[in-house]
Amino acid sequence: MKSSTKNQNWITKVLDPARLRQWLPGVLFILVGIFIKLVLNEAVEADALTTFTTNINKTSIQIPNFVFNTRFGLDLISGLCAGIGIYQILRGFKNKLTMIIAVMGILVVFGFLVWGASGTSLSFTGMLAVMVIRSVPITIGALAGILCERAGIINIAIEGMMIAGAFAGAVVGSIFNLWAGILAAIMIGALLALVHAVLSIKYKVDQIISGTMINIFSTGLTSYLYIKFLQDTENQWLNESGFFRPMPIPGLAKIPVIGPIFFDHNLYIYAMYILVAILTIALFKTKWGLRHRSVGEYPKAADTLGVNVFRTRYLACLLSGMVAGFAGSYFSLGSVGRFEQTMTAGRGFIALAAMIFGKWNPLGALQAGMLFGFAESLTTKLSLLNFPIPAEVLLMLPYIITIIVLAGVVGRSRGPAAAGSAYEKESL
Amino acid sequence: MTNKKTSDGKRNFLSIFYEELSRSSLTIIVLSVISGFVMGGILVILTAPEVYKAFGTSFVSGLSTSWNIVAKTYSSLFLGAIGNPARIAEALGSGDRALILKAFTPFLESLVVTTPYLFTGVAVAMGFRAGLFNIGAEGQVLVGAIAAGWAGWSFTGLSPWIHVPLAMLIGALAGGLWGFVPGFLKVKTGAHEVITTIMMNYVAYYLIYYLIAAPLRDPNEVTPKTPWVLESAHLFRFFPDPIRFHFGFFIALMVAILAWYILFKTTWGYELRTVGLNPNASRYAGMNITVVTIAAMALSGAIAGMAGASEILGVTWRQSQALATGYGFDSIALALLAQNHPLGVILTALLFGFLRSGSRVMQLSAGTPVYIINILQAFIILFIAAPAIIRTIFRLKQPAAKEAPLPISLSEKKS
Amino acid sequence: MPPILELKGITKRFPGVLANDHINIKLEKGEILALLGENGAGKTTLMNILYGLYKPDEGEIFIDGKKVEITSPIDAIRSGIGMVHQHFMLIPVFTVTENVMLGEEYTKYGGFLDRKKAADRIREISELYKLNVNPDDLVENLPVGLQQRVEIIKLLFRNADILIMDEPTAVLTPQEVDELFNILKILVEQGKSIIFITHKLREVMECSDRIEVIRLGKVVGSTTPAEASPGKLATMMVGREVDLILEKNPCNLCETVLTVEKLSVRDTLNRTVVDGVSFELNGGEILGIAGVQGNGQTELVRALTGLRKPTSGKITLLGKDVSRSNPRRITELGTAHIPEDRQKDGLVLASPITENLVLNTYFHHPFSKGIVLQQLAINENATELIQKFDVRTPGISTLVHSLSGGNQQKVIIAREFSRPIKLLIASQPTRGLDVGSIEYIHDRILEKRDQGCAVLLVSTELDEIMQLADRIAVMFRGKILTIVKAGDVTKEELGLMMAGIIPTVHSEIVDSTKTRELVT
Repeated sequence: MKSSTKNQNWITKVLDPARLRQWLPGVLFILVGIFIKLVLNEAVEADALTTFTTNINKTSIQIPNFVFNTRFGLDLISGLCAGIGIYQILRGFKNKLTMIIAVMGILVVFGFLVWGASGTSLSFTGMLAVMVIRSVPITIGALAGILCERAGIINIAIEGMMIAGAFAGAVVGSIFNLWAGILAAIMIGALLALVHAVLSIKYKVDQIISGTMINIFSTGLTSYLYIKFLQDTENQWLNESGFFRPMPIPGLAKIPVIGPIFFDHNLYIYAMYILVAILTIALFKTKWGLRHRSVGEYPKAADTLGVNVFRTRYLACLLSGMVAGFAGSYFSLGSVGRFEQTMTAGRGFIALAAMIFGKWNPLGALQAGMLFGFAESLTTKLSLLNFPIPAEVLLMLPYIITIIVLAGVVGRSRGPAAAGSAYEKESL
Repeated sequence: MTNKKTSDGKRNFLSIFYEELSRSSLTIIVLSVISGFVMGGILVILTAPEVYKAFGTSFVSGLSTSWNIVAKTYSSLFLGAIGNPARIAEALGSGDRALILKAFTPFLESLVVTTPYLFTGVAVAMGFRAGLFNIGAEGQVLVGAIAAGWAGWSFTGLSPWIHVPLAMLIGALAGGLWGFVPGFLKVKTGAHEVITTIMMNYVAYYLIYYLIAAPLRDPNEVTPKTPWVLESAHLFRFFPDPIRFHFGFFIALMVAILAWYILFKTTWGYELRTVGLNPNASRYAGMNITVVTIAAMALSGAIAGMAGASEILGVTWRQSQALATGYGFDSIALALLAQNHPLGVILTALLFGFLRSGSRVMQLSAGTPVYIINILQAFIILFIAAPAIIRTIFRLKQPAAKEAPLPISLSEKKS
Repeated sequence: MPPILELKGITKRFPGVLANDHINIKLEKGEILALLGENGAGKTTLMNILYGLYKPDEGEIFIDGKKVEITSPIDAIRSGIGMVHQHFMLIPVFTVTENVMLGEEYTKYGGFLDRKKAADRIREISELYKLNVNPDDLVENLPVGLQQRVEIIKLLFRNADILIMDEPTAVLTPQEVDELFNILKILVEQGKSIIFITHKLREVMECSDRIEVIRLGKVVGSTTPAEASPGKLATMMVGREVDLILEKNPCNLCETVLTVEKLSVRDTLNRTVVDGVSFELNGGEILGIAGVQGNGQTELVRALTGLRKPTSGKITLLGKDVSRSNPRRITELGTAHIPEDRQKDGLVLASPITENLVLNTYFHHPFSKGIVLQQLAINENATELIQKFDVRTPGISTLVHSLSGGNQQKVIIAREFSRPIKLLIASQPTRGLDVGSIEYIHDRILEKRDQGCAVLLVSTELDEIMQLADRIAVMFRGKILTIVKAGDVTKEELGLMMAGIIPTVHSEIVDSTKTRELVT
């Protein structure tokens, strides 16, 4: 009798929610470590070597390739995982748990990379350079979202503005030149945003419905025009804009490791940096930014102080559209050099997730964009490495990560308080 | 259009009728659809090189070319959707069964295309009623299709009376799962369902792409395709080939009517609507918002899943990798147009289904890409969502402002 | 010397209602003018016109004898007019400095904000008028009284000469009200002129130099505190004799209905907002919970009605433990809840009256059989209740959002009172309502009490509590400081308690087991 109650106490103690929250992650970490050690380790030869290269030509100092025994690398990683797991069970990281989970994520990714690159070499710098490139549409899209939402208007139509921008960029770029293409993309984004603004602000249509409508319209129209005008072979000249070549920044591009990753790209990446900087300063340090944010937080208060809520929101929407259109032009003018029907592939929505993840801050958006860019880069890399997981499943990765990010972060961050509601001035 | 001045105390029937008509929301709906068509027509004109050439010759020839192009587009749309009225009349007159069937083929085909719209329209409408934007109908349809298909070719030796409902059920369950996940995440973590459902669409897309490429692949085929669904799982077709009209249409109608009943005549529906209209009040009323929200999303997904099931069991009988259907986004417009009312969805689904069916013919004969339909939809949503625009264009009146009843203090009532 | 402000013939129409009817008002320099009127009389509309938020249909505004056009708040600000609204126009996530300078920012190098310069000026103003405000604080962390002072600083920052204050005392304790009045006097000494909107008779008598009474959009009387009395003012405000004293039957106690033991509740930011509250409530009595908004009353009510889970403590309702129950269980046991925010919690505005009336009973017979709703029964119920509770509406299927505030509240009362209830929890039941509705609701509450129901009345209006309650509990910072018999305590003492101070003089009143120290 006695022993059973004793067991019962032990079980209830262990299953108590607070305790559970502590040791369960720890056990998971250890399991991950074991998985890496046993499963991954066994799948490679004992003497297999993994090479991480860090050079992409042109850097001033050539760092030697990082070669190591695969099993050793995996052991190291699994050891770290287990160690973190044990610490978690015994002491628990409490507040830092989210950070530790991120660290675990990084370790797991490393593990897969080490394992996948076993026997071959993996350009680590190359992967990170691709990360930066892939983050561009997402980050700039997120900036567009921030511009709009900080003033209180939800912009779900970033996807639609992007595809329109890609199309306009490609076609105008083919007819005239690349710069004209960019201009066209920006203008088309502004035009769509104007429609969104008029609907949301003047007609007080639900912002999500109005945004969805613009998405439907934009994807429909670009597909329509593509089929009608760009598919015939004789019209191909309309869809051959070419794209911007990479321009390394003199000096900075030569820094070992960092250089090729951040400073050896085409103008879109540099535009991304500049836009992040401009937006940060504008939103938080200028008069314009203060008024812009006030309209998104408590428009009535701003109104009573003489801030023109409607004009601010219209402007915010227009700017948002311009940035989104610019982001869209990246797909054609900054990457492929032509327009294809499903170029954007949902990045407009991932950009919104990045905006939320980045807590509606331009710098946060940059970081979030890098995260998603890394996911895409990882996907490409893994499929190149003949990773046993099929390519299609890997392609799902960015979208799954978006869901995880949204689920993990949203509850804890507060967006602009008045975002989503139309502003009602009682009369006038 | 100005109202004729009528003398005091004597308003004739016509002016009253016009007033009521100009205030009713049915008018708005009809005018929105018409305006949508007009905008579509304008787009067709603007993108037809022949028109510009004709205007080059003369204004009149430009106008007539424009008119011809629009007429050709819409008439082929119409004919493709419903069939040739002359031929139908003729066939009915002759009494020849084969002739009648041939004449009605376009009409019946449109009903086939309408069927998935019925399902997804109801699904999205139910979601909206619960305050949820289910943009994931696309993915839910796909997983529903593949799951139902799998049930269709995996179970042998079953009678159709068992096999068909079983496969439909499995399709519904798969769709329900695809709706459950965003619903669960929304309630437990606050993740906005617009983004999560769209992400689930992509996940579904790639997942099924992969499934068809490898595990569920028909080994006998060169290109990736699923095996054929067994005959026992086929939805009954009423007429011989090439008419594809199948029982799924009636299942869809029943689902719509059932949805209406649940929504307005049961306590479940009451809870769903209340949660959608005011979650705070529903909490106050003791409703379990978590359960209602998740159930609503799952139900929405399940119904959308049935759309996919109906397609694979009734129409295609197998799935190849050409996956994007467009039903998901279309059904948003559909539901909004029907004001999220399941019975209204029946009407709007018919509209969209006929449009879509006709648009295939239109693309072939008039050369107008099918995407004109999307543009039409966008305009229709635009006009529905902002009735003020329609009112301005057509100079309609505001609906009678509900006068605020006098507050008590004005009535001099003694307490 | 022309008056510093004159409104001539101001008229404003909204659909179905004449809010302002040819109003004439003069304000002399250096005086405090009180605009008195009940909820819905048109005072706020008038001031919104003055501040440029609305445009008048007719009428003119003169400042210092010169006609001015005020079409937006910017014009008003430029004319030297400033307004402190009833609901503060402060952005919670901004600092005091950012809130104050919004719209009139100090800048350097073109567009960059000069926060330091603005903060210095704010400190200056704060010292001059003894406002005690720190420019770098985040507004959301400030207590309500301080927030109001930030609003005042906003006006002074813009050199306003005419200050409009809309129901400024709604959120203050009696002591804070006194402090506010002192500040107003300092402002007036410095040459400012003040218009003060209120419906509270006593304050008007204490603080103003002149009083204009507004009723149904018209000015119906002009007087001074010397000539007027609360009774006269009330009659002018409402247009008929108003009973300021309610007649109440003596208390007839029944069995204990509700027992609360050491209840603690945390808010969404994990702060303890209800701290070890204990009390008992019997049938046939009204326990009034007095206290300034924000001292835990809202969360206490939410815990008692199942809308929020308490962190510790016990709630016993009719002998059953409902500490962690959901709202439905509590309702089913015989509880009625009139929520603080009637439009947010108590009604589904987009639904018809019929559906709202069965909001918490729809799953019962006769309104449903199994899961099928019985529309006939629901409609009959609505017809009956609308009659019985005198809800003014065109029909039973009218959507609730088109009803007036008073009628909306009546729908809630009709719904809650039409069930057999043992416990009534009424939270701010008469907020924002006109006098007629207020009287009606007070009568209904007393009626329930006389029928043996236990009533918990939460209100920030001390008058209401003192009129209705048999016992009064004062909440301060999440604790119940004391519970006293209504007849044994004065308003001043209650006011002190609401500010956290238990008067030591009448120590025998102190009912709780606790302290007599000064609690601040």
